Amino acid sequence: MNILVCVKRVPAPGARINITPDAQQVDTAFLGFTVSPHEECAVEQAVQLIEKHGGDVTVLTLGPVEAEEQLRTAVSTGVAKAVLVPIDTQDWDPQRTAHALASVIAELEVANGKYDLILFGNESADSCGYQVGIRTALKLGRPIVNGAKGLELENGIATVRRESDAGVEIYKLKTPACVGVKEGINLPRYPTMKGRLASKKVAITQNAATGNEGGLKLITLRRPPERASNTKILGTGPDAASAVVDLLEELGVFK
Amino acid sequence: MSEFPTKAKCVVIGAGIVGNCLVGHLAKLGWTDMVQIDKGPLPNPGGSTGHASNFIFPTDHNKEMALLTLASQKQYIEMGMNNTCGGIEVARNPERLEEFNRRMTSAKSWGIDAKLLSPAEVKELVPFINEKIVLGGFYTPSVSCVDSLQTGTLMREGAMKSGNLNVFANTEVLDLEVENGTIKAVVTNKGRIEAEYVVVACGVWSPRIAKMAGANIPLTPAVHQMADVGPIDILQKSNAEVAYPIVRDMDTFCYERQTAGSMEVGSYAHRAIFMHPDDIPSNEASALSPTELPLTQDDFDPQMEQAIELMEMLGDAEIKYAINGLLSLTPDAMPVLGETVEVKNLWSAAAVWIKEGPGIAQLVAEWMTYGYPHLCDPHSSDISRFYAHEKTDHHIYARCDEHFNKTYGIVHPREQWATQRNMRRSPFYAREEAAGATFFDARGWERPQWFASNEKLVKKFASACEPRAHEWDARWWSPITNAEHLQMRESVGMVDLTAFNEFDFTGPGTMKFLQYMCVNNVDVEVGRSVYTPLLTPGGGFRGDLTIMRLAMDHFRVITGAFDGGRDNYWFNRHMPQDGSVKFTDMSSSLCTIGVWGPNAEKTMAKATQNINAEGKLVPFDVSQKNFPYGSVREVLIDGVPATMFRISYVGENGWEVYTKMEHGLRMWDSIAKAGEEFEIIPVGMGVYAVTGRIEKGYRLMGAELESEYNPVEAGLNRAKVKTADFIGKAEYLKAREEKPCAVMCTLEMIDNTSKSGIKRFPTGGNEPILTKTGERIVDTKGRVSRVTTAGAAPSLGKYLLLAYLTPEHAVEGNELRVMYMNELFPVRVARVGSQPVFDPTDARMKS
Repeated sequence: MNILVCVKRVPAPGARINITPDAQQVDTAFLGFTVSPHEECAVEQAVQLIEKHGGDVTVLTLGPVEAEEQLRTAVSTGVAKAVLVPIDTQDWDPQRTAHALASVIAELEVANGKYDLILFGNESADSCGYQVGIRTALKLGRPIVNGAKGLELENGIATVRRESDAGVEIYKLKTPACVGVKEGINLPRYPTMKGRLASKKVAITQNAATGNEGGLKLITLRRPPERASNTKILGTGPDAASAVVDLLEELGVFK
Repeated sequence: MSEFPTKAKCVVIGAGIVGNCLVGHLAKLGWTDMVQIDKGPLPNPGGSTGHASNFIFPTDHNKEMALLTLASQKQYIEMGMNNTCGGIEVARNPERLEEFNRRMTSAKSWGIDAKLLSPAEVKELVPFINEKIVLGGFYTPSVSCVDSLQTGTLMREGAMKSGNLNVFANTEVLDLEVENGTIKAVVTNKGRIEAEYVVVACGVWSPRIAKMAGANIPLTPAVHQMADVGPIDILQKSNAEVAYPIVRDMDTFCYERQTAGSMEVGSYAHRAIFMHPDDIPSNEASALSPTELPLTQDDFDPQMEQAIELMEMLGDAEIKYAINGLLSLTPDAMPVLGETVEVKNLWSAAAVWIKEGPGIAQLVAEWMTYGYPHLCDPHSSDISRFYAHEKTDHHIYARCDEHFNKTYGIVHPREQWATQRNMRRSPFYAREEAAGATFFDARGWERPQWFASNEKLVKKFASACEPRAHEWDARWWSPITNAEHLQMRESVGMVDLTAFNEFDFTGPGTMKFLQYMCVNNVDVEVGRSVYTPLLTPGGGFRGDLTIMRLAMDHFRVITGAFDGGRDNYWFNRHMPQDGSVKFTDMSSSLCTIGVWGPNAEKTMAKATQNINAEGKLVPFDVSQKNFPYGSVREVLIDGVPATMFRISYVGENGWEVYTKMEHGLRMWDSIAKAGEEFEIIPVGMGVYAVTGRIEKGYRLMGAELESEYNPVEAGLNRAKVKTADFIGKAEYLKAREEKPCAVMCTLEMIDNTSKSGIKRFPTGGNEPILTKTGERIVDTKGRVSRVTTAGAAPSLGKYLLLAYLTPEHAVEGNELRVMYMNELFPVRVARVGSQPVFDPTDARMKS
């Protein structure tokens, strides 16, 4: 079985996100980088499926050369191969990204055979476009289900479970298929020390890609006004009891 | 929550281990009306304390650090915050095993139980270690893990409960206001507080906060990498926070410390990574905390390989948490404590690690309360020790870069810095370089330790100049020193003393001021001098220097390179504010040559002239009769105006000769020429600071003379006490009435042959003096007998040690032991008190 997971290098910020003076980027001077939690789960899900069914996981990213770091992190948790689509900027718009990914995936599949599953994160952690997975699937002509909170593979059928307000939805997709994974589907493992050291030795394949710019353009980044904290400490220990009762009464909890 | 105050007696900025323990100690010492603020939340405001590895290995070669660490551990124990787990330093290289012998010796000095382990014994205590790559271990059962956050919280809350402290978290300092050189107020985002005292206990942010007041706290935030890996089966099964001893993998500069089911792997092996305090992200902008930065993985990878090599189980453990943790580094790897030199009542308590935090808080609290600490002498941590060039980022980065990887290194007591050399050169440098000087660094000054040009004398004095067989003893040492010593004692030598500090005090209030500062009477005739200690209010040594009276209201203080900054601060801090005394630092204006030996007088008689009453240039009468010991004269040396001061620190007839820097080279050449017929030689500091000094039993500030000891114990008390008041007088008078419980003695090694058959030479690094049965000697004040200086006495064919001994052991002829490299050597008390072993009547200096 072959599974491909697409990830994106994003900053790992704190509670407040600083923006560069030109308002075009997140100021990453003292930030580390990561992938979105959804993508971490996608990698974990892929590794678990391989552990169960055998095969290989490949991780693919489109990003600056520094994104090798995220590819190697994935490798250190059990991914076998890594492919980088190098670009000169932090990211491309979703249409252009999807176009590039689809063409690179096609190339990879010529060499390695079709991927049974192509996994994405539900959305990227920085731009939150919710688009790249769906657009890529569309270009590849494969079905996709986003928001997956469960994913099993049996006899060429991927069973995807997703949660909605109305209940649980179950989808059955014939592979090859694409799935957008949502955080919570599993608890991703951390890299081991041995894994980390081994990942340094893995060769990262580079595939060039082009693509025309899409319609989505970044005008400016703006930090939303900081929400003032409404936390009020009513007291500590037993001394707080009467204040808590008063508040609950005020809120109409007791009637 | 109480309202933000507008006034307080004392504001402590910072709620890490130092700030918290400081408010606790200040409250215990009676301080009231205190405010503590921190820009972060409590109990973990996001500084280095929050991510500290929190373990204590108590053994340190440095006395100050050892005492502070032990005092801290005691406090952690008293608060129930000390979890004893034991610790093993393991060796991968043979040199490290030697170092363990040295550590055993230091452990003995400080009374720390320690043991050397075979690889199999290491394995017994740490079953998951790969003992095949370990050559041995240094085991300290008392190594512990502490809860620094909870300790800080208890100390802080203790002060709050006593009603003496208000605490404000999430309160950021915006400015420090200074008025007439004194701290005035702290401006925060919550309001402005006027305060009499302000303490900067802000860890890595300290330089940034101090700068708001125009003060300088020289440290840099630096990265220490650590990772928490787990879960690990055997650790989980131990069901304890720390069940196994902490392992320090000394030769890879790495440690492994259990944290419940995981192992923390920490490193001091990576390249030095610095960050400017202004660049540290805010609490809000930090993914974890401001001092827990993203791990730069490539720097850590080699350490992971080494860790797996030592403990294979670590390989399969998951890296759950890994950071570039920020901590504070200073140019000399010691803390930065005390009142800032720039701003009165603005204090620094910075560059402090968990292991010494509570002790340092106690020390600073005592310092603020009593005018000087009681716990121990803080001279290596004193903020006023730094010279101007040592406070620059340039210096801080260069030195920290050099010493960071020595955190677990084997550092020789005489080890020299490689960076920031040639910062200060005397005018004689070119001559010294041509004579093949080996230069040692003296706080920026390049000082010749010995001269290759004197190598021929090693043959002349062959029997006294044997090479040292052990590389450690011979490191940063040369037999040429002994040869220079003997040539000086036989004829004459000249010593470059330009690194001296000279402070001029002038004005009508000078006499009164200096009387108040000094123990001995400075009211001497013009042209005479005074040797005097300076005391702390507690009566211990604060300084040790000579003063020349150049005119009625003009005194010149001479002090050493290593104490210049501290003495400068001490005088300035006590100067009258009415303008009656003017202070001028002449240190960069004057250069000095010491000319000593039996032929010094003949040499200087040839070189020295003055202008007589008839206006004629005539030879100057340098005889003892006209120019007695201890006097000062203005002369001409080959036309150069110079000041000659008849004194000696090496026990020979001769002078310290001062002139202006720009005249220096000419004066050097003139004296060298005059001494040619006597085979004058340049003599290095190896003689001046060690062999010449120790033969005469001369005490050195920072070695024999520390604030724990008083002049009576050091044998430096005079027959009479002057009537004028001076700092420490009451305690000094008291000490004179009491029988001292320790006395400074000179000891000689009876046999320095080691078990392996080679002669050993203690370096003078706090080696313990023991009874014949190997027991420590501790006086009634709790101070241990240890070597304060060690050195050869080439004129006597002996190897001497200086040490304080208790009265029952301070008996001439009494046989004791010195431990060196974990081996006992027999020693004998040669002298009790200040009388020298060489030339006990000082006849040579006065003839």
